[in-house]
Amino acid sequence: MVRPMVDAPAAGSDESAVDAFLQGGESLRHAPGPYFGSYGGRWMPESLIAALDELEDTFEKAKADPEFTAQIAELNKNYSGRPSLLTEAKRFAEHAGGVRIFLKREDLNHTGSHKINNVLGQALLAKRMGKTRVIAETGAGQHGVASATAAALMGLECVVYMGAEDCRRQALNVARMELLGATVIPVTNGSQTLKDAINEALRDWVANVDNTHYLLGTAAGAHPFPAMVRYFHEVIGEEARAQILEQTGRLPDAVCACIGGGSNAIGIFHGFLDDPSVRIYGFEAGGEGVETGRHAATITLGKPGVLHGARSYLMQDDDGQTIESHSISAGLDYPGVGPEHSYLADIGRVSYEPITDSEAMDAFRLLCRTEGIIPAIESAHALAGAMKVGQRLAAEAGASGDASEKIVLVNLSGRGDKDVATAAEWFDLLDKDSPEHEIAKEGEQL
Amino acid sequence: MSTVQDPGTARNASKSAAAIDRAKAQGRAALIGYLPAGYPSVEETIAAGIALAENGADLIEIGIPYSDPVMDGLVIQAATTEALAKGFHVKQVFDVVRGITSKTDAAVLVMTYWNPVVRMGVEEFSRQLADAGGAGLITPDLIPDEASEWMAASDKYGLDRVFLVAPSSSPERMKRTVEASRGFVYAVSIMGVTGARTSVSSAAKDVVAAAHAAGAERVCVGLGVSNADQVREIAAYADGVIVGTALVVAIGDGGVDAVASLTKDLSTGLTREEA
Ligand SMILES: Cc1ncc(COP(=O)(O)O)c(C=O)c1O
Repeated sequence: MVRPMVDAPAAGSDESAVDAFLQGGESLRHAPGPYFGSYGGRWMPESLIAALDELEDTFEKAKADPEFTAQIAELNKNYSGRPSLLTEAKRFAEHAGGVRIFLKREDLNHTGSHKINNVLGQALLAKRMGKTRVIAETGAGQHGVASATAAALMGLECVVYMGAEDCRRQALNVARMELLGATVIPVTNGSQTLKDAINEALRDWVANVDNTHYLLGTAAGAHPFPAMVRYFHEVIGEEARAQILEQTGRLPDAVCACIGGGSNAIGIFHGFLDDPSVRIYGFEAGGEGVETGRHAATITLGKPGVLHGARSYLMQDDDGQTIESHSISAGLDYPGVGPEHSYLADIGRVSYEPITDSEAMDAFRLLCRTEGIIPAIESAHALAGAMKVGQRLAAEAGASGDASEKIVLVNLSGRGDKDVATAAEWFDLLDKDSPEHEIAKEGEQL
Repeated sequence: MSTVQDPGTARNASKSAAAIDRAKAQGRAALIGYLPAGYPSVEETIAAGIALAENGADLIEIGIPYSDPVMDGLVIQAATTEALAKGFHVKQVFDVVRGITSKTDAAVLVMTYWNPVVRMGVEEFSRQLADAGGAGLITPDLIPDEASEWMAASDKYGLDRVFLVAPSSSPERMKRTVEASRGFVYAVSIMGVTGARTSVSSAAKDVVAAAHAAGAERVCVGLGVSNADQVREIAAYADGVIVGTALVVAIGDGGVDAVASLTKDLSTGLTREEA
């Protein structure tokens, strides 16, 4: 059942507060929605409620159906390549206070990120509902590519809405989606970004709901999306928990993930929510710095409101108009956040902190140079956060013990191939006369 | 259940219901005209609202421009985006409402996505709307399931709660929504967003019948209605007809005069040929 609101510290993953909270006896895992504390719900046009009911019903039945869970397990294993590895990053860890750092390698999944977990699950549900068409929104193109992939695999028509500006900057991802048989529709209204792509997908859904499933790409939106998207990503946390126990014999001291809408994060957090000894951190995009106003630090600086179907923290002005977000990472560039994160922030179970563009890019380069792994810039926010957490843990351990006993688990949500042009421009790696330099100036992907 | 819709006591008198009932007494459906506040300017919205009332509209629906209007098609999106770009602020909607209600007898409702109301505070928004003479709210992305705060505030300030019902609404939802509504129920004619369409969907008549069967005394039809013929078709079975996009095009192209003449023309479709 819905967990009642409990008075808890507003922020900070203070272990005693979490302990007290957990002693309430109820688990934080498998929260079913529609509400997470006062967040979540269905702030949606009536026209779509029947479709949300149908989806919820189909999802609940599928979860209880061994045939469905076997299908998911089979696809995860033989299509996505799960379980993804858990890799210790020893040289990187030297820059994180000397704690041990382990990377959950979602970058190694088919299509290069965690997004595949959710799209396979939802595409299967679409088929169960007899839908022949899926629609999706995408910012950088990662979720669009994953959706086009699942649609191709399952023989579904696929339409992806993408802000016109993002289409131009991510021309290669547009081509990728088209190669996979999807139709990409540039969205030219509003601010022409991810939130407007979601608006346009919702308009399409209202008009075509009979044959169409809206394959939302993150753990946000109206019920049942937040709980359902989390369910498909829970495999990340389950695997990571078993792997870290196997490799180290104990639970980590901290778990870190980046927060866009919050899907990769809730997937890994879920494995550890009920372990009071594990501190959990979500890293939001601090953009050019939270003090500049150009950021996507929704929980850090937003206020509760309703957008895209859920009550949650929201970047908004005094009139309740959504504020445009900014981040070097397109996947984190969203002014909202999933409602379960808002709840976990309010009760103090998870700490949410901003990471600036430049902190993320430093961590990006460091991981490339120390581990031979090019991370997605989204994931680099989690890496930068893990460096701070590691240094804090080391400082705490300083007096009493050895930092090298501390363990930090990081969700490496995706690989950085898509980000090479952005990174090359950021680090000034391109010859001034090269055609690549011209392209990168325009923000295009190589 | 229908008692909530009765104009009833003075405290809970529904301005929208009274306006629809006046039209009914004249043997016709009510005409409801939509205009977005601040497009092309706050002054022109007020002038156009007055022109609507003087040329045959019984109720006026003033939209609050919002950054993420998921139920609106391109025409209204373009208008509200322009209003926002010109610096429209939510509190100006009360100036628009006051400007129209001080000059006409029309019932003036505000159509708004929910977040601007949340931001101001549901109670404070309701107080200011009532103060400006407003009749109530039409809420395209608020369903009764999430409306407990609004139910309380609208009761306190005697405001109408116009929720939407759709072709996809189940019988249970239809009943629940009708029971939660006051003033009238907004029947969405098609599965889609706002915008002019060449013909009225056959689904509209079924939605109205279902809402009436669920106990609604007043059901008005909106989405896609743009000319007198369509008004006539809907007036035959609904208690009111809502026109939006066509009026937005009119004010954009021809200003207040175009709104006046379109309203006059639309109102020729309201009279029911035969009972
Ligand atoms: C690699 C990667 N990580 C993280 C994200 C952020 O999304 P979420 O917060 O839903 O995990 C994205 C989104 O595109 C992504 O591509």
